[in-house]
Amino acid sequence: MIRAALKSLLGRKLRLLMSTFAIVLGVAFVTGSLVFSDTLGRSFTALFASTVGDVVVRPVGGTTTQGAPSTQTLPAALIDELADVPGAARADGNVTAVGVFVVDTYGKVVGGLGPPALGGNWNDAPAGHGLTGLTVQEGREPRRSGEVVLDERTAERAGYDVGDRVPFVTSTERLNLDAELVGIAEFAEGGSLNGATLAQFDTATAQELFLEGRDVYNDVWVTAEDGVSQEELAERVREVLPEGVEAVTGDDAADEAASDLLEAVSFLTTFLLIFAGISLVVGSFLIVNTFSILVAQRSRELALLRALGASKRQVTWSVQLEALVLGLVGSSVGLGLGVLLAQGIRAVTSSFGLDLSGQGLVFEPRTVVAAYAVGVLVTMAAAWLPARRTARIAPVQALRDDVALPEGSLRRRLWAGLALAVAGLAALAAGLFADVPRAGWWVGLGVLAVLLGVAAASPVLSRPFLGAARAAYARAFGAVGNLAGQNSLRNPRRTTATASALMIGLTLACTMAIVGDSAKATVDESVAESFVGDYVVSSAFGGEFSPAIADRMAEVDGVASVLRERFAFGERDGDDQGISATDPDTVDDLGLTLVEGSADPLRDETVVVEESWAEDEGVAVGDTVTLDLPTGEARWEVVGVFEDNPIVFFPLLTTVDTLLAAGFADRDNYVVVDAEDGAAAGLQERLEEVVADSPVVTVKDEAGFAAEQREPIDQLVLMIFALLGLALVIAVLGIVNTLALSVIERTREVGLLRAIGLSRAQLRLMITLESVVIAVLGAVLGTVLGTFFGVALMRALRDEGLDVISVPVGQLAAFLLVAVVVGVLAAVLPARRAARLDVLRAIATD
Amino acid sequence: MTEPAARVRHLTKTYGSGQALVRALDDVSLDLAAGEFTAVMGPSGSGKSTLMHCCAGLDTADSGQVLVGERDLTAMGDKEVTRLRRDEIGFVFQSFNLVPTLTAGENITLPLSIAGRRPDQEWYDAVVATVGLGDRLHHKPSELSGGQQQRVAVARALVSRPRIVFADEPTGNLDSRSGAEVLELLRRSVDDHSQTVVMVTHDPVAAAYTDRVVFLADGRVVEELRRPDREQVLEVMARMSAPA
Repeated sequence: MIRAALKSLLGRKLRLLMSTFAIVLGVAFVTGSLVFSDTLGRSFTALFASTVGDVVVRPVGGTTTQGAPSTQTLPAALIDELADVPGAARADGNVTAVGVFVVDTYGKVVGGLGPPALGGNWNDAPAGHGLTGLTVQEGREPRRSGEVVLDERTAERAGYDVGDRVPFVTSTERLNLDAELVGIAEFAEGGSLNGATLAQFDTATAQELFLEGRDVYNDVWVTAEDGVSQEELAERVREVLPEGVEAVTGDDAADEAASDLLEAVSFLTTFLLIFAGISLVVGSFLIVNTFSILVAQRSRELALLRALGASKRQVTWSVQLEALVLGLVGSSVGLGLGVLLAQGIRAVTSSFGLDLSGQGLVFEPRTVVAAYAVGVLVTMAAAWLPARRTARIAPVQALRDDVALPEGSLRRRLWAGLALAVAGLAALAAGLFADVPRAGWWVGLGVLAVLLGVAAASPVLSRPFLGAARAAYARAFGAVGNLAGQNSLRNPRRTTATASALMIGLTLACTMAIVGDSAKATVDESVAESFVGDYVVSSAFGGEFSPAIADRMAEVDGVASVLRERFAFGERDGDDQGISATDPDTVDDLGLTLVEGSADPLRDETVVVEESWAEDEGVAVGDTVTLDLPTGEARWEVVGVFEDNPIVFFPLLTTVDTLLAAGFADRDNYVVVDAEDGAAAGLQERLEEVVADSPVVTVKDEAGFAAEQREPIDQLVLMIFALLGLALVIAVLGIVNTLALSVIERTREVGLLRAIGLSRAQLRLMITLESVVIAVLGAVLGTVLGTFFGVALMRALRDEGLDVISVPVGQLAAFLLVAVVVGVLAAVLPARRAARLDVLRAIATD
Repeated sequence: MTEPAARVRHLTKTYGSGQALVRALDDVSLDLAAGEFTAVMGPSGSGKSTLMHCCAGLDTADSGQVLVGERDLTAMGDKEVTRLRRDEIGFVFQSFNLVPTLTAGENITLPLSIAGRRPDQEWYDAVVATVGLGDRLHHKPSELSGGQQQRVAVARALVSRPRIVFADEPTGNLDSRSGAEVLELLRRSVDDHSQTVVMVTHDPVAAAYTDRVVFLADGRVVEELRRPDREQVLEVMARMSAPA
């Protein structure tokens, strides 16, 4: 029996492999995302193990909730005290700053996006567990002002050798620096900086540059003597620590830092896993289809096996065995492809600055297990439906000429499908509009259920469409059109299952198109409504930059006034709370409309709050808002409530000085420049000069600002489209497969048609028309569902400020057109195959 | 006698090579007279099917000529042969004659609609009436009996007024009553409308409906009967199968 199953598998290997393609892709996505995130994890862990001491002593609130160093520091005197703790070999103070960008020999900033540009002080303290930390490979360590050491990779990327002068651009108060490169350092224990850049100065210089010249440190490493564990040392250190200072073991600190970073890039793996899911769902449709057709073609053979004494179970399992082998083959290929994919992702992310080239790909056994489990289970589950039907083949059918495989009732399918779709809609509505935990899962599973439900019900639902298509074809193409239309109606399950594969990809593409278009329209509208001043200075993704930029711009010829806005995150009742801040007398310049209270000028330690936030939180003028900030708990009085305004990014607005006092670094996120009357000519160029050498900081007028805000949306949509393109490829293969199989199934009919005078061109036209019906059906279903999902999603997001719903009709029409092209292309091979059939042999086939 | 509907000249076709060489047709020459009902008979492997396939433009010979009317089939490309099959030749096969997705009526007019022509209504009605399926035209083939299906196939073969109708064992899958109906239909088309019909068969009863029986053995024409009856046919068949 096993031999019979394997033989039949080998006989159809090419066709089966085609239907496995989706499994291959799905497994590849799973593998790729696992390998990539393991690699990332290993790389980060290796890095952070080398960047912590045995015990790290730091001020509580020494970093903001976003991980950047705050202005909270430790006094130098504490170091001596820590060095005297029993079990401590030594204690070393560290100075750390972010936003210290190296400018390369071409005047461009190295890195810039994503991974941090770190600056700090050089010290030769060993990392935790006696690991050698950063070690000078070439040259020497920095000893005096004007000297710097760079990490090897950064020096190489920037093109500097020992002895060169290295310019820097920073987002600290000192906009520009330069220093002589005296040494190049490397982590002796391996571990890549993952694209971060590292510039280290001598301690006094670092303190001067980053800590206003005070003799303080951001944190202190305490190194354990031999035989003292990190935990023991941490315990002892804690006994001598003053209030507001904490000690953590190096292991904990490294884990913390690594997991923060991993979380920041986890969207990437989530993204890949979602697409793995999509291609597996689409793939399982194709496998159901392929196995249904194969089983139907072989029903006589299977009946013969039954007549020869095989049990129902044996026949069913012989089909399942084929699925098993297919799943194994697909998973193996997918596994290999996934490793390549991970390599590809690594290359792509390195172009965004996340450079993992120092870390080999990590291939955990779990990845292999997951790949095979996913691939084999999905294949076997998908083959189960057709396999189960074989049990209903009676042995006597081996003796009959025409064996019809019994099929379940379409009506039952219709109701089951509709029920599933309704349940999916309910889950979707719950996820979108009700307050349920894990709303994302509700939405995702809801969408999946709707898609599967519609796919199940579509043999009945799409009958009017197929009927209309047949009529239209008959009118346009005569007998050939009629034949093609009839063929698509002949087995509505097969037609619609094939179309469903395309439907899924297009549903998601349409949803994305609507969400993207609406987001862009929202951006345009809110920019148009709230743009104040003449120019906006900003950095990509609202990143921070040096306050010196605003200061210098104020002095530029033709500038009437400059308004700065900055952001910070505190915690309120344990949740992150974003805070905006600006200068006290600029509430008016921001164009805010106060509905209650007054805020001109805004006093320190007070806030004005957004109207909708005030309503949600039940906060009114005179109340106090309590926040956890780097300096500890802060209580700010609410002095006013303003109408929601998108230019204030977060619902709380306070003064710049308030944020500085709360321990946030002195950085701006946006600067609004007002021009003097009649000063427009050449002003933008003059402003641009100020930021000419700053990383990713740009000066934009209203149109430019809107375009910049739209850009990340465009990029995201484009990336999603690229991945959905893969779903499209799978769907095309599905159509090719179905057509090819049905041509084989209809060999005699094709022979008959050719014998009575159907020309090859007419035959090709017939198959192309069949293919186009399938593709257009899938596209129509997908477009309708996608539009529905997109609009529903946008309605749900209305509260989040995305209040414009825009349906890109042109784009949706383009999708339909693409579907027709896809249909025509998918038919090329099956049509050629049919046209090449030897008429005589086709007639003789039984 | 009128101009022949088709002429076969020195037709030779072999399969395989060396020891396994089979001469399916060995220098066959034959005239198929217009308005005549001809049967081609012979033991299996005698080349009768190959001969028919070559005459009908379904198969190509190694050498020799097939002329349908004045046109040399062996000199045509696939496109021309397809058109010739569509316009000048009608087919009735042993089984699987009809496109399952089309109704009986649509199947009958299929060769015409493939050509983009409308059937001559009078002729269509006449054919349908002869075949006796007036009330079944809107049924799908799966709703018709085997005999009915074959009659639809005959109607389809006749409707385009082809020069020749080729029938390949048209009664092979039918019970004797349905078979007789189909054979009478073919006979009537010859008598009433001067249709040329060539039928491959191994059934002496079927052969008795024809005007002429051509016997093939080992790829050669070995015997011919005019106005045959069943006994004569059986006698020739017995002689041919007797050891030489």
